[in-house]
Amino acid sequence: MLTHLRRSLVMAVGSVLLFGFAYAFAATGVAQLLFPYQASGSVGVNGSTLIGQNWSSPRWFHGRPDDTGPYAANRARNVSGGDNPLVANGVAGSSGATNLGPRSKTLLANTRALVAYWRHLGVVPTPDLVTTSGSGYDPDIAARDAIAQIPMVARATGLAPSRLRTLISRQTHPAQWGFLGSGYIDVLQLNEALARMES
Amino acid sequence: MGFFLTLVALVVTLAVTWRYLGSYMAAVFAGRVHFFAFVERPLYRLLGTDPTREQSWRRYGAAMIVFSGVSLVFTYAILRLQGSLPLNPQHLGAVSPALSFNTAVSFVTNTNWQNYAGETTMSYFSQIGALTVQQFVSPAVGIAVALVVVRGFSRRNAKTVGNFWVDITRCALYILLPVAFAFGLVFVAEGAVQTLGGPVNIHDVLNGVTQTIARGPIAFMESIKQFGTNGGGALNANSAAPFENPTGLTNFLSIYLLLAIPVALTYTFGKMVGSVRHGIALLSVMVLLFGALVGLTSYAEHQNNPAVAAAGVPSSIGNTEGKEVRFGDTSSALFAVASTSTSTGSSNSSYDSFTPLGGLGLLTGMMMGEVTPGGAGSGLYTLLLYAIIAVFIGGLMIGRTPEYLGKKIQSREVKLSGLGALVMPVVVLVLTALAVSLAAGRAGPLNAGPHGFTEILYSLTSQGNNNGSAMAGLSGNSPFYNVVGAIAMLLGRFAIIIPALALGGSLAAKDVVPESLGTFRTDNAMFVGLTVAVVVIIGGLTFFPAVSLGPVVEQLSHGRFFP
Repeated sequence: MLTHLRRSLVMAVGSVLLFGFAYAFAATGVAQLLFPYQASGSVGVNGSTLIGQNWSSPRWFHGRPDDTGPYAANRARNVSGGDNPLVANGVAGSSGATNLGPRSKTLLANTRALVAYWRHLGVVPTPDLVTTSGSGYDPDIAARDAIAQIPMVARATGLAPSRLRTLISRQTHPAQWGFLGSGYIDVLQLNEALARMES
Repeated sequence: MGFFLTLVALVVTLAVTWRYLGSYMAAVFAGRVHFFAFVERPLYRLLGTDPTREQSWRRYGAAMIVFSGVSLVFTYAILRLQGSLPLNPQHLGAVSPALSFNTAVSFVTNTNWQNYAGETTMSYFSQIGALTVQQFVSPAVGIAVALVVVRGFSRRNAKTVGNFWVDITRCALYILLPVAFAFGLVFVAEGAVQTLGGPVNIHDVLNGVTQTIARGPIAFMESIKQFGTNGGGALNANSAAPFENPTGLTNFLSIYLLLAIPVALTYTFGKMVGSVRHGIALLSVMVLLFGALVGLTSYAEHQNNPAVAAAGVPSSIGNTEGKEVRFGDTSSALFAVASTSTSTGSSNSSYDSFTPLGGLGLLTGMMMGEVTPGGAGSGLYTLLLYAIIAVFIGGLMIGRTPEYLGKKIQSREVKLSGLGALVMPVVVLVLTALAVSLAAGRAGPLNAGPHGFTEILYSLTSQGNNNGSAMAGLSGNSPFYNVVGAIAMLLGRFAIIIPALALGGSLAAKDVVPESLGTFRTDNAMFVGLTVAVVVIIGGLTFFPAVSLGPVVEQLSHGRFFP
């Protein structure tokens, strides 16, 4: 028994050193050396392309409603992170989904509120635009979600819908290698391209 | 079409892995791989163990239990002391005692149930020194147990079953470490984060948004999290968070990694017992059941969410609530089934928001005892318990003494297998009944109605099977759920491991009887069908009443919504 205990202690310390710190430090070193931009979070001037933001002005394409914006029927209770990686605009949170079940009255009320919100902005909502994501800060929308927002953005910016359509098709990434996952548009990149188009 | 190609790619890559990782693992366990000898040999010297000396199953099991106990204490201590330890850029305080206990049990038992949000609870020291360490060690322990059962069949008249210290060292060093490192780098290249630099502040001048973004040593935890069928990620959103799982490719690789070891171990098994056909038979059982679950859940998730449909938004892209755009409905469903059918439990979408039938598919994968294909090691040894029951039933049908791989299956083996197979349903159902009977248990669910019951059932099924995924609406960080969950995880792990080790020891001591014309074949389609039936009947019939109250009622309550 004592032999087992002594060996277990040696093994536990050895594992912490080897599979904990040696592994993580070597990994961080190599990752930062080879891929410093990705390993640090793909952060550009206006934020990370991998973390969604709350776009509220009709001048910009909006991301998915992962936050307690004006459209959530119930404000604080169920939307946990909401474009809220740790702190966003002063509100603390963490990543996560609403976890509302498919037959939840709250989900139904939230979805109805979102439909009304989009209609008010002149947008015919698509499924992605009225549902929240798994992470709570999905950085992407699908091409159809951006196309649905063209009337809103065209009215607010004065840009011709046809130019916006070209912009969207240029920003659309197909599914990786043609078949892995789904096609998407990074909302931050789309809006940065939109800003360049306006100036 | 894209989903079809994804499935084809998965089958092809796993087939190659089955053959080559399978034979590589056999070589590692036989001691024929040495490239880390400069670490391995000094470690054995420090341990004071002679790698050529083996242990009886009792000593092997005692070493495993003591080591797991020490790992538990280490993990608990680090979490409790994290406020005074370095690598804590967010200055997070100590983790509470109940949560530390639950988390330590969770990671030591290869469950990785998480009652906390990683980015706001765990320092980098804890993520690296407490959690990632167990993500290497706990699958190694699981694989070691599977090895003992396999050696039971491959040896004859043997008193020993292997050396525990050598088995887990070789497994972690030669199998888990190199693969996790290589794939971790791929994850980083795709965009997963790996830094010790602390959170980053950003300000977007276009929309006036400021954010503080949590970062950390994420990517390389991600690779071992999947490959070791662990499932516990650095961030609360787990594999839905882009920093853990940034692209369609990393999503595919995650699915591939978490299936790789459980699938390849069937080849290792075949190789070690001298009949690859027997390995193929076990693999067929896994594939048939897994395929059925993928079919069910991906079909269900390709339907619109009932609440979204009721709000007047039609969907041709399935249930989007709780799913990420870059993955889509079917890839999310495939990930979810793979993660719940292995004992991984990582999640790239909100399983709570799955349609009732989609959630049923996930529950079923766990309720069948995690054998489709199950966790690293645990999948193989649990399926072997079922196979022995199948052999026993087959023997009864044809009226002969049952044999498996030339070993007579007698009363002791059948009792041990029966015990191992029954522990999980008993633990899950008794604890679920307890949770719904007590106010502390009923306080957990976020959703009302049948879905609330499903959340409770799911959480205890997940912990009793050492899976670790959650219908995360359940508030698990209460004293009740922390303690009850820890009990489920401990019983779900060790109350199955001990009969499995005893079985290995008992089989190893037997002689091999020569095959005759009357021997019940255990490597053909008939046997595969019988084993599938045993798995379905034990899982299906024991859980059918419970499932009827949850997802089945929910599916049938057309047009009704619950507060």
